[in-house]
Amino acid sequence: MSYQGKKNIPKITSDRLLIKGGRIVNDDQSFHADIYLEDGLIKQIGDNLIVPGGVKTVEANGKMVIPGGIDIHTHFQMPYRGTTTVDDFAQGTKAALAGGTTMIVDHVIPDPGCSLMEAYDQWRQWADEKTCCDYSLHVDITHWNDSVKQEVDSLIKEKGVNSFQVYMAYKDYYQMSNSELYEVFSFLAERGGIAEVHAENGEIIAEEQARMLQMGITGPEGHVLSRPEELEAEAVFRAITIASQTNCPLYVTRVMSKSAADIISQARKKGNVVFGEPITASLGTDGTHYWSKNWAKAASFVTSPPLSPDPTTPDYLNTLLSSGDLSVTGSAHCTFSVAQKAIGKDDFTQIPEGLNGVEERMTLIWDKAVTTGKMDENMFVAVTSTNAAKILNLYPRKGRIAVGSDADLVIWDTDSIRTITAKTHNSAAEYNVFEGMELRGAPQVVVCQGKIVLEDGNMHIISGVGRFIPCSPFPDFAYKRIKARKQLAVLRAVPRGMYDGPVSEFSLSRGGTPSASARTSPTKQPVRNLHQSGFSLAGNPAQCGPPITPDDIPIRPAGRRIVVPPGGRSNITSLS
Amino acid sequence: MSGYQGKKNIPRITSDRLLIKGGKIVNDDQSFCADIYMEDGVIKQIGENLIVPGGVKTIDAGGRMLMPGGIDVHTRFQMPDRGMVSADDFYQGTKAALGGGTTMIIDHVVPEPGVSLISAFEQWREWADSKSCCDYSLHVDITEWHKGIQEDMEALVKDHGVNSFLVYLAYKDVFQLSDAQVYEVFSVIRDLGAIAQVHAENGDIVAEEQQRILEQGITGPEGHVLSRPEEVEAEAVNRSVTVANQTNCPLYVTKVMSKSAADVIAQARKKGTVVYGEPITASLGTDGSHYWSKNWAKAAAYVTSPPLSPDPTTPDYLNSLLSCGDLQVTGSAHCPFNTAQRAVGKDDFSLIPEGVNGTEERMSIIWDKCVVTGKMDENQFVGVTSTNAAKIFNLYPRKGRIAVGSDADLVLWDPDVTKIISAKTHHSTVEYNIFEGTEVRGGPLVVISQGKIVLEEGNLHATEGSGRFVARKPFPDYVYKRIKARSRLAELRGVPRGLYDGPVCEVSVTPKTMTPSSSAKTSPAKQPNQPVRNLHQSGFSLSGAQTDDNIPRRNTQRIVAPPGGRANITSLG
Repeated sequence: MSYQGKKNIPKITSDRLLIKGGRIVNDDQSFHADIYLEDGLIKQIGDNLIVPGGVKTVEANGKMVIPGGIDIHTHFQMPYRGTTTVDDFAQGTKAALAGGTTMIVDHVIPDPGCSLMEAYDQWRQWADEKTCCDYSLHVDITHWNDSVKQEVDSLIKEKGVNSFQVYMAYKDYYQMSNSELYEVFSFLAERGGIAEVHAENGEIIAEEQARMLQMGITGPEGHVLSRPEELEAEAVFRAITIASQTNCPLYVTRVMSKSAADIISQARKKGNVVFGEPITASLGTDGTHYWSKNWAKAASFVTSPPLSPDPTTPDYLNTLLSSGDLSVTGSAHCTFSVAQKAIGKDDFTQIPEGLNGVEERMTLIWDKAVTTGKMDENMFVAVTSTNAAKILNLYPRKGRIAVGSDADLVIWDTDSIRTITAKTHNSAAEYNVFEGMELRGAPQVVVCQGKIVLEDGNMHIISGVGRFIPCSPFPDFAYKRIKARKQLAVLRAVPRGMYDGPVSEFSLSRGGTPSASARTSPTKQPVRNLHQSGFSLAGNPAQCGPPITPDDIPIRPAGRRIVVPPGGRSNITSLS
Repeated sequence: MSGYQGKKNIPRITSDRLLIKGGKIVNDDQSFCADIYMEDGVIKQIGENLIVPGGVKTIDAGGRMLMPGGIDVHTRFQMPDRGMVSADDFYQGTKAALGGGTTMIIDHVVPEPGVSLISAFEQWREWADSKSCCDYSLHVDITEWHKGIQEDMEALVKDHGVNSFLVYLAYKDVFQLSDAQVYEVFSVIRDLGAIAQVHAENGDIVAEEQQRILEQGITGPEGHVLSRPEEVEAEAVNRSVTVANQTNCPLYVTKVMSKSAADVIAQARKKGTVVYGEPITASLGTDGSHYWSKNWAKAAAYVTSPPLSPDPTTPDYLNSLLSCGDLQVTGSAHCPFNTAQRAVGKDDFSLIPEGVNGTEERMSIIWDKCVVTGKMDENQFVGVTSTNAAKIFNLYPRKGRIAVGSDADLVLWDPDVTKIISAKTHHSTVEYNIFEGTEVRGGPLVVISQGKIVLEEGNLHATEGSGRFVARKPFPDYVYKRIKARSRLAELRGVPRGLYDGPVCEVSVTPKTMTPSSSAKTSPAKQPNQPVRNLHQSGFSLSGAQTDDNIPRRNTQRIVAPPGGRANITSLG
């Protein structure tokens, strides 16, 4: 906050920065040290650093210096039926920086039938023009065929995308069948991607929505009534089953309910590689507001899966986040104006979905989880930044304060108290779902790419400086275990002599009706010859292929061991 | 052990009258010593010093247990499969059932897709009426879904005495229904007052896994279990529980084969879901390690779906859950095929016809695994082998209980007899018995069906065609009392609000085909023609003025669903 040495050194020094007297907090430990930053990187950490003269110095006064937050789930500037969300990449990343988040990961949503690559390029263009902080992209897979497969392959190999989201909801639109999920997950497992899933049972939702509308329930309460939390939990369970079958790491976006979180923690106890992402809204508020008499307020809470009407949900999710059962936090920031929400004023299914949270995320978790003693400051860093960096394979470039890491830092003031309100927030939306909440803990100084972007409550941001950070496949955090399991999971057949007994006649088509003749003559008894298989399904031995000589009969290949013993293959997903 | 009272030369006529003296009557709630007199296939008197006609045939129970005859809730006798028919027809099957102490079976009608439920039902009635040796009833399987099926279901419930329908979550492209179809079927079933049964396996994943495993060159019966891991079963159970909760429909999971599936059911029951789980003789008595047998025919004899779990601790676990009430009822899913029939799949495990034996062994296996080991007592034994089934399927107290007025289907049970199960001595026609060599304690000494002795001194006297179809009424109390209470609570109401009269964004009419256009992104809130706001009148709509714009807030409507949400009827906690 003061210039070392001469006072009239101009802005040029802003690329060099010394943070003195801070307590560095990583996810594993905290320690006192100074930090010297240059060219957007952390160059030195330690005491009595030797730094160039005239460098700008920030005095941390013993406050915590933490890695900048990573918001792993945003939808800035998302197109929706010809309009877009009110926070574009500039507005959105500004709000992110104001809250201590120095990197965001946005979702690319190609329309079904459109090219993933084109959508990716479009998002890159929007983001490169406008973002104020570094960003990465997830790509959503909204349909599945061979060309999509090719595109996924090249996105992983050439475009720096390692995470892909599939939808189990939005029937007849984004929703994928179980078979498609199986194929997507298999492919991602092979190429080292992370499978993300929007987990809700879309088929049942569609039925329930129709039922609600028939009953005359058209307001936002219909949204949550038609999407009970069981449907979320069911889909999470199913996604985990498929991921486990395909040995693919799974990432569940937007964990909104206790039941869904329970399923994830149970699966982790059984050894599944699954990560759960609660969002700011599910950690900070609940779904009782859907019953608000103020339509606009009620509608501003509409998101999917919905906030749970159970008011004990946020506390429960914060506890699981603290215990490590849930791994990482996002905001799913996707804001619409009241006028946009009003598209669904007569039909809740038409209300565009999404709410705010990118700015409030860090503060809210600090208030709900750290000040309450659920987690310590190191765990706080893990769930707001480090774990996300590890999953995306950006660690230790992001998510850690270490020499060589990006200079994305936050000086965190644990004592600051502020009240959340739409009047002062940086989002363009008229409503804030956390309106009126008083929260402790806030960023005092935010350093992004080595430059101070927030100081003394003032923001100094430049639109378009944000860089795209490519994510490489096979992140160790997820794939070390996956690779080990793959080696174990090889299946082998039992070597047997050929079956050479009688074979019943049967019709190949399942559609056949039971015929009386078939059931009284189950076998056309042939002459048995133990050395030669004279049988075929057609019932005519003469039509059989080349006669099999005794040498061909693989009674028991000596070189092959039985790898799968009675008792079954070792159950690799069960650690017990 | 049995002799004629009074004169010795009273002929066969008296076989309709029977007195059992000195037995310990075991129902699911209590045991007590009393004599039983039955006539015309019905229990007429219970007590001591009964006054009975002279010359009645008397059996001296000698203090042994007398329990209601077993009810095997799940059989597939004479089941057609691709032009073949399962090896035991209704005669062989019910004979085997009687041999094991089971006096009633409930078989599954499996209509081929495209065939009407009614005509399939009538076909099964014809087969069973001509051959069955004991009373029977029928479940009907829903193998496809359209309007006609719904009408058939209504007719079956109202006119034909069927109150249970099975849907398949497996057998992709053959029997499998989608989640949305299952939702609709369950809604219909609830309205009719029937029980939704489910074959729970994720057919989509199974199909993918089958293909993968065949591609790896695994074609033997071990491929069957490898392609159907127990997780896939648990997933489908979880999904069907979810759909049943949503539709407030009672759920019955057939063939619980694995620990994980049983766990899902137990958890759902703890949350208050109306769900019943049916382990079968095979899952209670053996495990899936035999799929790796070098003997193809033996390995194939164990093929059933969901498969037996390769985890050898499974049977013990399921027996424990059966004993503590988390699982309620037992069947056999008896559907054996002989080796030549199995051999249809000798080069491809996915073609092996599915089904195992178990109708004869069911009671003895459960006695041996549960009662002898002290997991359950004799009353619970009656509960899981007979009474619970009768209650769930609305046969109680006609079946499943020893009481005056109940059917005279009884078993005199000998807890001390030991027997080694073997294909050489069983009553089924198949070459393999999956319990081969298992030594079990406990077996029937005398079996009485419809008031007639059918098993005595090791001799079976089954009469082909004597079995009656037992019609079942909808809305069984055991199941529907809770469902009815919940459906009264579950009414949802909207929130009465003033009409929203702020600005409304324009949208493109065909959202599904739109692509993000660059023009749209620079004007996020296009609000053309900002109107004058009038709080008393809504001037907005997507399509212009609306006639009901002036309707004011309705005062008479109360908010029934308050903040905090509707009362969560499925959560008792």
